[in-house]
Order: sequence, then C-alpha cells, then structure tokens
Amino acid sequence: MTNLKIPKCWKVSSKPHNFCAGCGYPLMYKALGYNIDELKIQNNTFVGLDIGCALLSWDFLNVDTMQTHHGRTIPVVVGLKKTKPKAVGIAIVGDGGGYAIGAQHLINARMRNEPITVIVINNAVYGMTGGQEAPTSLPGQKTSTTVAGADSHLIQGPRMLSEMLDEEVYIARTSVDNPVQMKNYIRKALEWQINNNGFSLVEVLSFCPTNWHTDAKETREFLNRMKKQYPVGEFKAAKRKPKEDASLE
Amino acid sequence: MRELLTGNDVVVRAALNAGALGYAGYPITPTTEIMTAWNSASIKDKNLRFLQTEDEMSAGFVTIGMIMGGLKAFTATGGPGNVLMQDPLNMVENMRIPFVAVIGQRGGPSTGSVIYSQQEVILTGWGGNSEGYRVVYSPMNIQELYDYTIKAFNTAWTYRFPTLVLTDGYVVKTRQEVNIYKPKKIVKSYPLLLKSEKRNPKKESNYVNLSNTFVTEEEAFEANKVLMDDLMKMKPKVVESELYKKGSINTLVIAHGLVAGAVKEAINTDGKKMKFGMLRPITLNPFPDIALKKALKGIKKIIIVESAHNQLLKLVKEALYGLNIPIKHYGRPGLGVTPEEILKLIK
Repeated sequence: MTNLKIPKCWKVSSKPHNFCAGCGYPLMYKALGYNIDELKIQNNTFVGLDIGCALLSWDFLNVDTMQTHHGRTIPVVVGLKKTKPKAVGIAIVGDGGGYAIGAQHLINARMRNEPITVIVINNAVYGMTGGQEAPTSLPGQKTSTTVAGADSHLIQGPRMLSEMLDEEVYIARTSVDNPVQMKNYIRKALEWQINNNGFSLVEVLSFCPTNWHTDAKETREFLNRMKKQYPVGEFKAAKRKPKEDASLE
Repeated sequence: MRELLTGNDVVVRAALNAGALGYAGYPITPTTEIMTAWNSASIKDKNLRFLQTEDEMSAGFVTIGMIMGGLKAFTATGGPGNVLMQDPLNMVENMRIPFVAVIGQRGGPSTGSVIYSQQEVILTGWGGNSEGYRVVYSPMNIQELYDYTIKAFNTAWTYRFPTLVLTDGYVVKTRQEVNIYKPKKIVKSYPLLLKSEKRNPKKESNYVNLSNTFVTEEEAFEANKVLMDDLMKMKPKVVESELYKKGSINTLVIAHGLVAGAVKEAINTDGKKMKFGMLRPITLNPFPDIALKKALKGIKKIIIVESAHNQLLKLVKEALYGLNIPIKHYGRPGLGVTPEEILKLIK
C-alpha cells in the first residue's frame, strides 16, 4: 500500500470531503477503498451509512451506497444481503449507531451470524451533534453532556460481540494512526464475509479533534489514551462447546 | 378458486400471487400468523426470503434492504409495532421505496387490546415526521383483503410510494370463504441498487449514492414539493371509494373497513325504507373527498361511524370544510359496530 495514491474507487467529484479537518473517517475510507480495489468488489459492494458523521460520506466512494436512519444501517444491509447473497454488504456506523441507538441490531446481527461487515468508528464522542457523551467516552472525559467528566461505564463492543457466542466470527479493533493494520483488519473482515458467509466487525479508534478540542499533538495523545482503554487487535470467539439438547430433536 | 382461509393466510396468498418473495417481521397480535404462514411457505420454496427480526424497526429496515436489491418484500404489524414501524415508513416515503405493509389494528392507546379497533387510521396514513406521502387501503372484508393486498404491491411498484393495507384483528383472525385467483395485472419489481456487476468503474454516474438528508431548508422545501406534487398527480389514479344505497337517500353514513361491512348489512335490511346509504372510503389516504362531495347531493344529514373517537371524523371534517351540513358521530374505540346499532342511529 502506498499513501501517495488514492484508491481507484474514490469518488473524485465528491471531494473535498465534508469531514472536519483532522477527522479520522477519511483515513478509514482510504483503507476500505484500497481493499475494495484489491478484492475487485467495486461493482458488487453495498455500503450502508448511519446518521451521525457517517452520513457525511454518503457519496465518498464509487460504490452503491445508501444512507439510512440513525441506528438502522445494519438491518438495511442485512436485508440487502437476503436479496443479493453474493454482494458484499458493509455497514458504517459510529459509536452511537453501533453501541447505543442501534445496539439491538448489532447484537442480533452477530447472534444470527448475518453475513455482513460492520465498521464502527469509535471516537469516544458524538461528533455530528456537537460533542455529547458516547457509550465509549473515556472515564472523566469532558463532553457537552458530561461537563463534570464522564463516568467509568463504557462498552467494550468487540469483546462483548466476540464472546457472546461460540460461533467463529471475525472481530477486530484497530486505529486510524496505524493504516497498515487498519487496512489489514478491514481486508480480513471483508474476506470473512466473502469466504465464510458470516458476521465480521472492525472497530476503528478514530480522531475527533473538533469535539475533543485538541490540537494535533493532543489529538495523538487522546487516541493513545483511548488505546489503553480499548486494546487493539483481533478478538476470538468464546471457546465453549455448544450444548446440544437431544430432547428437542 | 374458493377456499376457507383466515385473513392472515389470505394476506400471504395475496402476497405470493402478487410476486412477493421477501418478508421480515416481528411477531405481534393480530398479524403474527402472516409471519408464521410465510415462514412455512419459505421452507417449501427456497426462493422465499424470511427473517424474524429483533423489533419492528428492524423488520421495516430489513424489508427496505430486500426491496433495494429488487425483491418484492413486505412486512406486517399493528398497534405498538405500528408505532415503531413509522421509523422505516418515513424513510421509504423520502426515498420513494416501494414498501408494502399490512397493518392489523388493535385497541389503543399503549399496549391496549390485541384484536380490534380503528384507532390507527391517522398513524398509518400520516405517521412520523412526514406529511402522509403514502397510500392506505382499508378493505371491508376478507375478500377485499386479498384484492387490496395484491393491489398494494402494484400501487407501490408503480408510483414508488409506500402502500399500506389497514385492517384489524377481526378480519385477519376470522376464517371465511374467499376467492383466490391469479391476478390479471402484476407490476414487476427491479433493483434500486446493485443494478449490474458489469459497470465501468471509472464512470461515477454508474454508482447509486442515496441520501435522505437535506443540507438546506430550501432543499427540504423542494423535496417536499416534489413529493406532494407526485402524490397529487397519483391521487386520481389510486383514490377509491364506494357509494352504496338502495333507492333515493337523505342520510349518508360514512364508515370504512369492517364497520362499513356492518353498515352495508344495515342498508340491505332497511336502507331503502329508512332512506340511508353509505359512502365508504377504500383509500383513507388519499382521501376520496371529491366522491364524498358528489355523494352529498340531496343529503340532509351525515353519520360517521367508526371504532375510534376521532380518526375518520377528522378526515371527513377536513374534506367537507366550508360545507354547512350536520354531522352526527358514533365513535366506539375498541368495539365493533353491529348493523342493529346502525339502524338505531338512523332512527
């Protein structure tokens, strides 16, 4: 991968993009775009986009996209896969769409092992609405709804989703400051969908200097703080042997 | 062919005969058996897609996903499920997705009762942060449930407005004789996304990017103007009503759905003698205001009968604004209305 070139599936006419300066979304899109190019799935990919900052990228790539209602992206992608089982379905959601307003869809899609790929952008804050607390806000983090500092309750999405069932899935967490790993994990997630016909998810720790109120150096530092709370890497499904109930046969 | 079926079974037969291949839903009385019957059908026919979702919002949005791929798909719900269904319904209104849903009304408010009422008229026709960019059919009996479920798919795929069949638990849970036929007209479905795998990747216009967000107030104004203009253009083609009378009349009863069936029976018994007839809207949205005004010739009194306090009443008042004609209202939320009660009202 070279950073000098933009992906072939980049939609040039929609640039400059709508994200704030310093946002992590475009970095994720670069990693996703390279993978779409390399896997040659541009004409067979469908991207569903959530409300929140995700909606700003409704025409970011030259692939078929559809922006949905807040939290409802995963069901739309699930439905499209029912009609087009050979298509590659990707749901791009924020930490609110994934772990708050759309959490029931995410958990149930994982439980049913729906053959889709979910990309959750975790920037520990609600960006579009101006910096409110997210389910992933760090303990003590000052947001516009936690002016005295957020409590220590936070959601460990990848761990929860990987451990909730024995069935193998591909679940990983990466960060936008590690483009090689990010591209690699997104690639594995897409391949998991294509080859194993199962559920995959990549949580991407991302920058939000606008709502973190940070300069470049502080932004990097904040992301490092996030990594301490949210370890990057690949997650394994629980290794419990499923109990079969013969009486139900 | 005449068969003895429940209304819920009839919906599934109609959907299959209209070419539907997908169903996503969440169980709720009184429409649960639409889902279970579709599930049974999908075991036998591998072309049929089925998903029991985690809630009604998901049911609606999964249905949307199926439709985007080019499949005729639908869902069914009622009561509190209909409330949640307004989320996907508002999206399909904005994005002109040919979405079909069957709504089995149950008594409100809240969890309410589970079988019967007519309190979801306004919700089904105008729910959410929208302005009623949809079509709502109100079939009177099980035969019409079959006819209008087929029609709903044709309307949705012709005009690209969501189309709903508004019924109730009495109709869908009762087993009656119904004529199951192959429809003469079936409007074909087509993919709205992923139209072809052979696209020139360099040509941006080959890719569909759909948004439902308006960046400016002016953009919202323009989008709403197009929606309303298209709705008004469609109206004369889809609006339906029935004027039912025996001889000359001076009293007009207005009712819809199952209640209209009771009024019809009352007219068959004593309509001629007591000089009353009925105008029943078959489409509640768009509302047959022109047909209603026409039917008022020689009418001294209007009686609106519904299993609700103020749903049909609201629609009739709006349609008749400016006309000075006395209106009597008989509202029975949660309760059915018998032909005997109708006759008492006329006296």
